[in-house]
Amino acid sequence: MPAITRDEVAHLARLSRLALPPEELDTLASQLDVIISSVAKVQEVATSDIPPSSHALPLENVERVDEVQPGLNQEQALSGAPAVEDGRFRVPRILEEEA
Amino acid sequence: MSAAQLGRAIAAGEISAVDATRAYLARIGQVESDINAYLHVDAEGALEQARQVDEQRAAGAQMGPLAGVPVAHKDIFATKGVPTTAGSKILHGWVPPYDATVTARLRAAGMVILGKTNLDEFAMGSSTENSAFGPTRNPWDTTRIPGGSSGGSSAAVAAFAAPLATGTDTGGSIRQPAAVCGLVGGKPTYGSSSRYGLIAFASSLDTPGPFARDVLDAALLHEAFSGYDPRDSTSIDRPVPPVVQAAQRTDVSDLRIGVVRELGGEGYQAGVLQRFNETVALLESLGAKVVEVSCPSFDTALAAYYLIAPSEASSNLARFDAMRYGLRVGDDGTRSAEDVMSLTRAEGFGPEVKRRIILGTYALSSGYYDAYYGSAQQVRTLIKRDFDAAFEDVDVLISPSTPTTAFPIGERTDDPMAMYLADLCTIPTNLAGNAALSVPCGLAPEDNLPVGIQVMAPAMRDDRAYQVGGAIEAALRDTWGGDLLSRSPYAPA
Repeated sequence: MPAITRDEVAHLARLSRLALPPEELDTLASQLDVIISSVAKVQEVATSDIPPSSHALPLENVERVDEVQPGLNQEQALSGAPAVEDGRFRVPRILEEEA
Repeated sequence: MSAAQLGRAIAAGEISAVDATRAYLARIGQVESDINAYLHVDAEGALEQARQVDEQRAAGAQMGPLAGVPVAHKDIFATKGVPTTAGSKILHGWVPPYDATVTARLRAAGMVILGKTNLDEFAMGSSTENSAFGPTRNPWDTTRIPGGSSGGSSAAVAAFAAPLATGTDTGGSIRQPAAVCGLVGGKPTYGSSSRYGLIAFASSLDTPGPFARDVLDAALLHEAFSGYDPRDSTSIDRPVPPVVQAAQRTDVSDLRIGVVRELGGEGYQAGVLQRFNETVALLESLGAKVVEVSCPSFDTALAAYYLIAPSEASSNLARFDAMRYGLRVGDDGTRSAEDVMSLTRAEGFGPEVKRRIILGTYALSSGYYDAYYGSAQQVRTLIKRDFDAAFEDVDVLISPSTPTTAFPIGERTDDPMAMYLADLCTIPTNLAGNAALSVPCGLAPEDNLPVGIQVMAPAMRDDRAYQVGGAIEAALRDTWGGDLLSRSPYAPA
């Protein structure tokens, strides 16, 4: 039985905001199946008494003085935007139009 | 001429920074059609920076050892005013309004930016075949890969089209390309070189580091950009280890060296193992005490890495949403932001990036999280414990840098698992965050291609790796009559 089905890949693609064509879903499903079968061996060695490490080094909270510092100006912040209007990012509509 | 020698010649007024820069720009013009190492060459900007260095020098300014020396940056570092793509269509044409800490520090050190080098898209890959802008070729054999993901940087230095280059190492993306191109490549201790302004792939693993033709040059570059950065919350606030000093020691008689049993043997190319074993014998002849060390969890490192890295990637790459920068596809006034986002990401990302986003989303999804991501994080603990135990007995660990020499372009593109094996030896270090260096140790007899030896040191003891690397290099230079790179078909006559 495959570890991952084509339908699951389609669901993951939706979650990931990737509009994938059907042929890409097929390729990915078979490749992910192989990859997931190989990486599944992490479960064999990970016994419950081992604490997880999310990071290589122990992380500490880093604080700085709450002072105003120069950042990007408006022109710089918008310089890479795909669409700009009135000094702002112009984005496609987010809410459905009211009926 | 090494970068250190070039820096001295510029300081002594024997050559101007402008002339040095012109020479490298001319060299890029000669080799680029064969190699495709650069995504963007900034000739005008480079000459302007060089002119400024020459002016400052003439005015009597005290400058560092690399002032006026050119450098190429992997195109994943933000460079103010210079296009930055991460090898992806989704960032094609983006010009950052700010500098990464690494690029800013090297500018401040007077280094001249030649341009931006090719890479696997978002640093995902081991061959530089995943670039949206075409593969880079290995100067030793242009039918083969230059390693990855920093393959443009390794090929640029190996083709003498840059004296030094920066890269990033997430699972081996500096050490593996350095090894297959016959260069020195370093992965500093995680957190000792800043990730600020680096386009993020896997934040707990990504580490900026140097490429160079020799160990001293690598140490000089390493020292020039490393050190605490308040803009990176994972930055370590401790002095940079004395890597430049260590690179020049060439003495290992005070060191205990462990050969990692799990990194060698079955699946490794015979010629790679042969050169590695010869180098182990060489280290013993230099007075080092060499012992075999077992790190049993390393066998599971690759699996843990290919869960952790994609998980972090799926989260980091969520920022490419077609709203604030980069590509936007399908915005015709009828589609919602979500649809535009999905169409843009499908169009803008290449196959490997999509594969890792989906894999990461799977590993982090409810129901699978504990089994995959959680278990992988536990393996990470085991790998750290293996390193800690080993470093109680030995000062450094060594292994081949890669299981094979450079493979032919196209050979592994349809088989992700075969591709992932290229990082077998390098990944444990990324998971544990310690330091490592790859140094050339000869050509494999069967294909005459470079082999690298990896030296792994404890966190913040990068100097030990440079000490061993420097000693190996000094001893082998005698037998080669110069650097290994002097045997490359691209070595200047």
